[in-house]
Amino acid sequence: MLTILFDGVAYGMLLFVLAVGLCVTLGLMNFINLAHGAFAMAGGYLTVLLLNRYGVSFYLCLPAAFIFCGILGAVLERTLYVRLYDKSHLDQVLFSIGLIFISIASVDYLMGASQQIVNLPSGLQGRMEVLGASIGVYRLFVIVICGLLTIGLQYALSKTRFGSRLRAAVDDGRVARGMGIDVTRIFSVTFAIGSALAGLGGALGTGILSLDPSFPLKYMILFLIVVAVGGTSTITGPFFASILLGVADVFGKYYDNILEPLGKLIGVELPGIGAFTIYILMVVVLIVRPQGLFVRGASR
Amino acid sequence: MSDIDADKVRARASLLAEGRWRWPEVLFWAVAASLFFLVPTKLTLLSEIMILGLLALSIDLVLGFAGIVTLGQGAFFGLGAYTAALMAKHGYGAAPLLGFIPINDPLLGLVGGAIVAGIVGFATSFLVLRGSDLTRLMVTLGVALIVEELANKLKWLTGGSDGLQGVLPAPLLGKWDFDLYGQVAFIYAFVILFVMFLVARQLVNSQFGMSLKAIKQNSLRSRTIGMPVNARLVTVYTIAAMFAGVAGAMLAQTTQFASPDMVAFHRSADALLILIFGGAGYLYGGLVGAVVFRVMQDFLGGITPQYWQFWLGVVLLLLVLFVRGGILGLLRNGRDKFFPKSGKD
Amino acid sequence: MTVVLETRNLVKKFGGITATDNVSFKLHKGARHALIGPNGAGKTTFVNQLSGVLSPTSGTILLGDQDITGWSARRRAISGLARTFQINQLFADFTPVQTIVLAIAERESKGSEWYRPAGSRSEYVDEAVDLLRQLGLSDVMDQRVGSLAYGRQRLLEITIAVAAKPHVLLLDEPAAGVPESERDQILEVVASLSPDVALVLIEHDMDLVFRFAKSISVLVNGALFVEGTPNEIANDPRVRQVYLGEEELLHV
Repeated sequence: MLTILFDGVAYGMLLFVLAVGLCVTLGLMNFINLAHGAFAMAGGYLTVLLLNRYGVSFYLCLPAAFIFCGILGAVLERTLYVRLYDKSHLDQVLFSIGLIFISIASVDYLMGASQQIVNLPSGLQGRMEVLGASIGVYRLFVIVICGLLTIGLQYALSKTRFGSRLRAAVDDGRVARGMGIDVTRIFSVTFAIGSALAGLGGALGTGILSLDPSFPLKYMILFLIVVAVGGTSTITGPFFASILLGVADVFGKYYDNILEPLGKLIGVELPGIGAFTIYILMVVVLIVRPQGLFVRGASR
Repeated sequence: MSDIDADKVRARASLLAEGRWRWPEVLFWAVAASLFFLVPTKLTLLSEIMILGLLALSIDLVLGFAGIVTLGQGAFFGLGAYTAALMAKHGYGAAPLLGFIPINDPLLGLVGGAIVAGIVGFATSFLVLRGSDLTRLMVTLGVALIVEELANKLKWLTGGSDGLQGVLPAPLLGKWDFDLYGQVAFIYAFVILFVMFLVARQLVNSQFGMSLKAIKQNSLRSRTIGMPVNARLVTVYTIAAMFAGVAGAMLAQTTQFASPDMVAFHRSADALLILIFGGAGYLYGGLVGAVVFRVMQDFLGGITPQYWQFWLGVVLLLLVLFVRGGILGLLRNGRDKFFPKSGKD
Repeated sequence: MTVVLETRNLVKKFGGITATDNVSFKLHKGARHALIGPNGAGKTTFVNQLSGVLSPTSGTILLGDQDITGWSARRRAISGLARTFQINQLFADFTPVQTIVLAIAERESKGSEWYRPAGSRSEYVDEAVDLLRQLGLSDVMDQRVGSLAYGRQRLLEITIAVAAKPHVLLLDEPAAGVPESERDQILEVVASLSPDVALVLIEHDMDLVFRFAKSISVLVNGALFVEGTPNEIANDPRVRQVYLGEEELLHV
């Protein structure tokens, strides 16, 4: 039980690192970037390449993925995304689906369609006993890294000059502009950091998430749920949303055949609930709190 | 006094002009029908294009006219496909409805597909109404993924990932079996598409259609003139789901097969792209887009599938960045440029 | 005189800010009432609550003798409460005729008719044309709304509200941003509206207010500061002080 909870938290925290960039960019520019997962995929594949083909240490792959995706994000933001800010949400959606298609096709062409397996360093393999629960060392590592990142982000957001400008810009872009804050530049930097985090998450998640060319599509719904449930005005909202989602998903997969006795009773073979938990969660949240679970006050 | 009367006559005429048939429309349908004789070897492909076009048309109703961005129209397409396929599979040899309509009758299958898709569309429309574009994307996508998972997991009903085999629709109107050359399928798809198109055309040119366009332009104002905005959106979303259900049912019947592929994300995305290619808000956009899309797919996809997806992505980027309103938008701009407006229209 | 619209102890808070502070207000049938006050006094917030765009934190709103506090904007609209917006809320791709026919069809609950083409009810079209003529828009009635001059759009904004045949009409700065030369036309239009309709005018232009209003309320910091006839208001030293204070601020 504790083990499942632990796995769920690890998964959730990973999800948070993957999705937080999307939340902030959405809150800042009201820009829907469905292709956010493509950056995570880039980070994942970079790790696979460096690790499996060139034997670079996994621990070095992580910062490499962070930097590479950060630069990739910055370049794409300046060249392509910047043209889309004043367009409709539909255009943004189409544009980012286009990017997804291009990324999927390119990765498929270059790396093949099969799922990639990463050989984790021996230090991260195996399990250990904590409080009577069996815990995967790798998942503990994920939790620690993501936890540190979260604390770092929260600190940067609440204590630094950039953070306060960013918060002002998210709160009300027009007012912030009026106060002389260069919102466009803040956005560029945030976009790059968000992409970098996604890349890091992708690299970190190579052992948990299944990495193949369809990655950006497969996880798109998860990111959307994190944003919709957690809101875009804080990072604590998406954080708790991610944890909730991660735990729910892992629990659902573990108790996949919970409906089997009921199915036997009514004489129908009921499907496992594992694939549906996150959607059930999504629907419940929408019915109970249409503005999102962790959103304060009215949403835009 | 006569001045006022002239104004009224003019106003009535200009309002009614929106729904009048014009010669390019007549030409379009005439050409479509004549393809039966012009390219008799490609009838199966043409039926498929018409079905795709109908799916894209259903998206046009919600997106082009009511302004709801959806990533999950494939859900209703798939529901229609499975409903019609199950009716055709299990209806074979079963007791007929009302004593004379076989359960596996194709037209009954269309009705069944439309009803099931409509019910799910109605039920989920309330989730779609809530919140912003982002929640709409999430809900529509989520619903499609749920339907896809169900199609995969409910093996006893759907045949799981292998799909549903043994789909045997009765002869059309009790007379014509779906033949290998796709002749019956073509005529069937053409007639159904045309009828559904006429319904859609009537809808968007009516007062109801006006109110949808109004909501898309300004929902605050629509509400403050007393329009029940949510009820209108629920209605159009449900109708569009039924349209998609009919399209799916037709695909299952003409290919005598249903599989989770018919619900997959790419189905929703393709249909959305088809509409955007053609141009949203014209009703014809989906139909024109479907032709271009399939021709492109045959050409580029013939090289490698990845190649197709890559160029599809590139075309999308170019479309968003440089071409507003798709093919029909381009045509309209061209017309306005070379044949400046003579007052109204 | 019958009261057509009333608020009792209306309060609206945004976080720590009280935008509407305990406002109790009565509007009589056929009133020509102006709501004035310095910038940020909460006039638009007040109107937004009356029309159902915002819901109040506490207090009640009555339309006639019905409590409409919990009603949607839509229900208020079909019950005879219409409004215009300070920022135009128009259908840019429609023509004025289409816009007004739509408003009339919604008023008559025929907006969901799908089996006959829009515009086939000629009585709606005729009424729309008459109305547009009355408000001086007949020369542009089949041009695209988005391409009309700003003053014309302002008039259309009023026409939409009038088309609902309201008992109460709230006009939120109808002349805002309109060139000096076209302001008179808007005032004329407003003055020509049926004497049965209770009008509330929110306006900054004092000249316009004093030419139009038979009674005036002054809002300051969200609260009702003083009410009276134009004469009383004009000679009230406190009101002058409020406005002079603002003038001074504006000149700094």
